[in-house]
Amino acid sequence: MPKKILIFIEQRENKLKKTSYETATVAHSIASALGYETEAVVIGGEIENINTIQSYGLNKIVHFKNSDLINYSSSAYKNIVSGYAKETGAEYVIFPNSSLGKDLAPLVSVNLNAGIIMDIIDFTINDNTITLTRPVYAGKALMDVKFNSDVKVFTLRPNVFKPVSSDSSTEIEIRNVDNPNLTNRVTESKKSEGKLDVAEADIIVSGGRGMKGPENFHLIEELADALGAAVGASRAVVDAGWRPHREQVGQTGKTVSPSLYVACGISGAIQHLAGMSSAKYIVAINKDKDSPIFNIADYGIAGDIFEILPAFTEEVRKLKA
Amino acid sequence: MKIAVCVSHVPDTATKIKIGSAEKIIDPAGVTYIINPYDEFAVEEALKLKEKFGGDSEVTAVSVGNDANKETIRKALAMGVDKGILLKTDVETDSYFVASALSGELKSGGYDLILFGKQSVDFDNSITGQLTAEMLGYNCISVVVLLNIDGNKITAEREIEGGREVISTELPAVITAQKGLNEPRYASLKGIMAAKKKVIEEKVLTDIQNKTEILKLRLPSPKNPGRIIGTDKSAVPELVRLLREEAKVI
Repeated sequence: MPKKILIFIEQRENKLKKTSYETATVAHSIASALGYETEAVVIGGEIENINTIQSYGLNKIVHFKNSDLINYSSSAYKNIVSGYAKETGAEYVIFPNSSLGKDLAPLVSVNLNAGIIMDIIDFTINDNTITLTRPVYAGKALMDVKFNSDVKVFTLRPNVFKPVSSDSSTEIEIRNVDNPNLTNRVTESKKSEGKLDVAEADIIVSGGRGMKGPENFHLIEELADALGAAVGASRAVVDAGWRPHREQVGQTGKTVSPSLYVACGISGAIQHLAGMSSAKYIVAINKDKDSPIFNIADYGIAGDIFEILPAFTEEVRKLKA
Repeated sequence: MKIAVCVSHVPDTATKIKIGSAEKIIDPAGVTYIINPYDEFAVEEALKLKEKFGGDSEVTAVSVGNDANKETIRKALAMGVDKGILLKTDVETDSYFVASALSGELKSGGYDLILFGKQSVDFDNSITGQLTAEMLGYNCISVVVLLNIDGNKITAEREIEGGREVISTELPAVITAQKGLNEPRYASLKGIMAAKKKVIEEKVLTDIQNKTEILKLRLPSPKNPGRIIGTDKSAVPELVRLLREEAKVI
């Protein structure tokens, strides 16, 4: 029997999340290098788009089905994933580094007596040994890490690995779950008013103290809306109560890796730069041309934010019209 | 109610990281160490619960590390925690090591609730609370922004992508605290003086192994200096063109 790599694929409201395809792609690539097989576990009710993961190079998908498991339950999920990992003798178990993955992966790793490494952005394989790279100090440094354990658990940062589909079509096995252990479970989900979350967004438009007051954030929201972006904020404006903490980007907020980060009226404190500097492209709009934000911005406009932002929004709207 | 709060001793978030000589840890020269910012929310919540439940409620702060960690334990004591425990080791530890040490210490203590910060701001793993919970067989809720305890029932809200989840579970439990859970109090002068008289028990750790190994710590490659393409709104069309044609991100 070939050795196994097991991945956990996540659904929300019975739809697979985007990270599922990224995780499958990474598992397939590691399995090809090591000569292993890949299997996936998905837990939930009737999952609407489950067939879309069939062409991502997995050898098998097992759908653990129970309508009580549409919402996350750490007590039930950890039993299912750990149980299946033991059944298959999986050497690797991979999760997305999502809020659910970060909660679940450590519980599973204890059950498997496995080492665990979080938030992977890169990996290399030499002589059948995998070296994983992760950001530390909110991205101010990178750390290469390896496992000293037989079973290995790790999580992948969302948005970093590009999903690649293949021609294969994977069998899906359905297993009904009787009496799941629901001692720890989600009883209600509340969506925030904002449209997109900074942790998942591909484009982020962020505002800082240069916005002068919460009443001016509609300029940020309008540009974000035109770009299909999430709204972010610096710590200073969150601490001042202008914006909610969930929007905070930086060392005591969220560390993000979008394709495009537009920093508006943000001078660039070291804690903020740490949280966003791995964005693929950074645009800075700020009055002070000597602000540290311009040292890491790909493109900058050193001018009046209140004049430039509306023009930027208008130009994007024209482009998309 | 018997509460433990686990605290981590970390470099100040304003620290500019320099790589140490062995390329496995940072150069500690000139670095100021502080109590992990998220752990302050955990300490505050522990103190609020102690005030709420009263009686013989007690809060113990526990930290894994070397003598320097006493400074962080003292900070918790100054805020109002009753006593401290330092689980001493001089080796570099991974989260599994820390959780093994904590669960080994906490398992016989009869704790109803164990609080952590949701992550430490050095290694950013965000797993030590969950690992400890599972090793102890306690229920766990991570990244908590709202906590209610009624008898042995817990209802908490945790932050997720794009919203919050309401979670129900039971004591004994581990909670990891997110910013927003509360507003940490400042240590009063009286608290700071009182902390000097409080006991920090020290226990030397042996026989615990890491399950991961740091091979190399390095700095990310510096970004190429960008360009300032203008100083007023006349630069906007060029900016949008570059984002579309050169960067291909819009």
